[in-house]
Amino acid sequence: MRPLLSVRDIKRHYQVRVPGGFFGRDALLKAVDGLTFDIKRGETLGLVGESGCGKSTTARLVMGHIPLTAGSVAFDGQPVTARHDSDWRAMRRRMQMVYQDTLGALDRRLTISDQIGEPFAIHEPLMTARQRHERALSLMDSVGLRADMAGRFPHELSGGQRQRVVIARALALSPDLLVCDEPVSALDVSIQAQVLNLLDDLREQTGFAALFISHDLKVVRQMSDRVAVMYLGKIVETGAPEAVFKRAQHPYTKALISAIPTPRNRGRRERIVLEGDPPSPVDVPPGCAFHTRCPLAMAQCRLDTPLLSGDGDHLVACHAIHQSAQSAPLAAE
Amino acid sequence: METQLSIRDLTVDFDQGRQFVRALHGVSLDVAVGETIGVVGESGCGKSITWLAALGLLGKRAKLSGSVKLAGTELIGASEKQLSSLRGGKIAMIFQDPSSSLNPVHRIGHQLGESLRLHRGMTGEQASAETMRLLDRVGIANARQRLNEYPHEMSGGMNQRIMIAMALAGEPDILIADEPTTALDATIQAQILDLLRELSSENGMALVLISHDLGVVADMAERVAVMYCGRVIETARTDAIFDNPTHPYTRGLIAALPDLEGPKRRLASIPGTVPPPDQLPPGCSFAPRCTHATPLCDVALPALLPVGPDAGHSVACIHSGPLRVEKSKAPARQSLTAELEPA
Repeated sequence: MRPLLSVRDIKRHYQVRVPGGFFGRDALLKAVDGLTFDIKRGETLGLVGESGCGKSTTARLVMGHIPLTAGSVAFDGQPVTARHDSDWRAMRRRMQMVYQDTLGALDRRLTISDQIGEPFAIHEPLMTARQRHERALSLMDSVGLRADMAGRFPHELSGGQRQRVVIARALALSPDLLVCDEPVSALDVSIQAQVLNLLDDLREQTGFAALFISHDLKVVRQMSDRVAVMYLGKIVETGAPEAVFKRAQHPYTKALISAIPTPRNRGRRERIVLEGDPPSPVDVPPGCAFHTRCPLAMAQCRLDTPLLSGDGDHLVACHAIHQSAQSAPLAAE
Repeated sequence: METQLSIRDLTVDFDQGRQFVRALHGVSLDVAVGETIGVVGESGCGKSITWLAALGLLGKRAKLSGSVKLAGTELIGASEKQLSSLRGGKIAMIFQDPSSSLNPVHRIGHQLGESLRLHRGMTGEQASAETMRLLDRVGIANARQRLNEYPHEMSGGMNQRIMIAMALAGEPDILIADEPTTALDATIQAQILDLLRELSSENGMALVLISHDLGVVADMAERVAVMYCGRVIETARTDAIFDNPTHPYTRGLIAALPDLEGPKRRLASIPGTVPPPDQLPPGCSFAPRCTHATPLCDVALPALLPVGPDAGHSVACIHSGPLRVEKSKAPARQSLTAELEPA
């Protein structure tokens, strides 16, 4: 079956000026550097990584908000481009986005019900204002907002309530794909659980597929059917959440998991503390981008970029892992 | 154990023009010498206000009462001169966003030198030698070059290391870290937490770790205080609080946290939202969101009382007794209210 979203080797490079010389010098910032993934209907792919690894750029590329430098994005067989023509607008009603900064995502001069009804005004111009209002009220009900909040403005709501408004608006046209960029990062723990449960319930009811982006591994594990771990613009490991989080192979994934303190593993977890900071995306090291911080780095890692490979669904981009996988059957004989 | 800092019945009221709004409703906490205590709670629960008030950093619009004693010296009502000699000296504080705590137009070396001059009277050669030692201590490589850099030339993790170095400049007895790793990535957070742990055990420095992240607190602290709406609602040793949480809010917080291990489960969310500080319910402030609430909860304000066999485990909930019993049985609201009726 054709995947709903098919992303092939997408790249997004920016021309930037970095300090150097009298006027600075030109440099190439590789925000996203060759990503390939598919999202099936009804499936949720979790994209996880640290700041600056290109998660949010990926979201914007998938939506066609910014043009691709290379590669292709296809939504239900149709290419997604950054040319905002009628094809794109037609497609856009089937792919919606949920943002981290809810106050920025909402129009602060529109009431909640107008806000939620706006997609209808744009995509279904024949609908009357009264019908729009009714649809907005039923959407508010489905995301757990009281009907008496309909006339309020975004600043009168709490962060969790605003995120519910954003979700209701995104789901207004029953999209096939929902791109969630850090939807709960700005929320408190108890509210975060409410919003995650809400997304889970709505997904069950309406069956949308999702690209779920977060820096929080725990949240990604909770929400995803499949996970991809990013480091400096590339996917380093991907697979089912149970495989990636329980049997992590890539040294970066391992370090990332071991760095997360949880009440459950307190005092008895083996920590891998990585040295130093991630390199700047302007000066990505040659070969494997992670080799500067990797405990397993070999000579080959400085030269060749490792490719994603592995058996079945669980893929890793690491020379050291590939080598040991090759030698393991030999050792067994 | 000897007490380093003792907070008693600390209240804070903010002047809102027409009325005073109480943000802190009588917080009492002790920090022992060399101890690491974690303070957790959601935004607006007063976890930062407590310590800002203790250090006299809230400004004129805040009205304080109660007592904060640092090794016997009363801080509430102390003169500005007295306070500024203590702040950065005996008691230091680091904040969430290091780049906004550092001065963007001064070099790192200058800013570190300033705190050495103020708190330890060091100048010239002596100060620059000590600056290098401090940078080295917080794990910054090639210190000599870094001294001449500006905050914007360094990463967030580096800047937080600089902040920690500045806090250490006064050789504090107690370091208050307000969400020190919230703005940092997971792998950098691990580095900074390790550094803080190392420093506090090496120098015998007490550490107050304020965080919204239960994981960070569970990892670092020996003792935990959970705050809600300007009150401490549960405090205990770290193991006791996570193995045997008693207050429904503490339980809710732990259950609301997704986990990396174990089977995937539906998150147990706490219904409703935190009430604003000027609209607190008359009784227990958690009652409107609590699944165990009874009519009594809306009337009576629960006191923080010792509970169970663990020394130092205190809970502010009138149902704390039955709740602990219920842990072994199946939780049921009916039985809980039935048990309470005779009393």
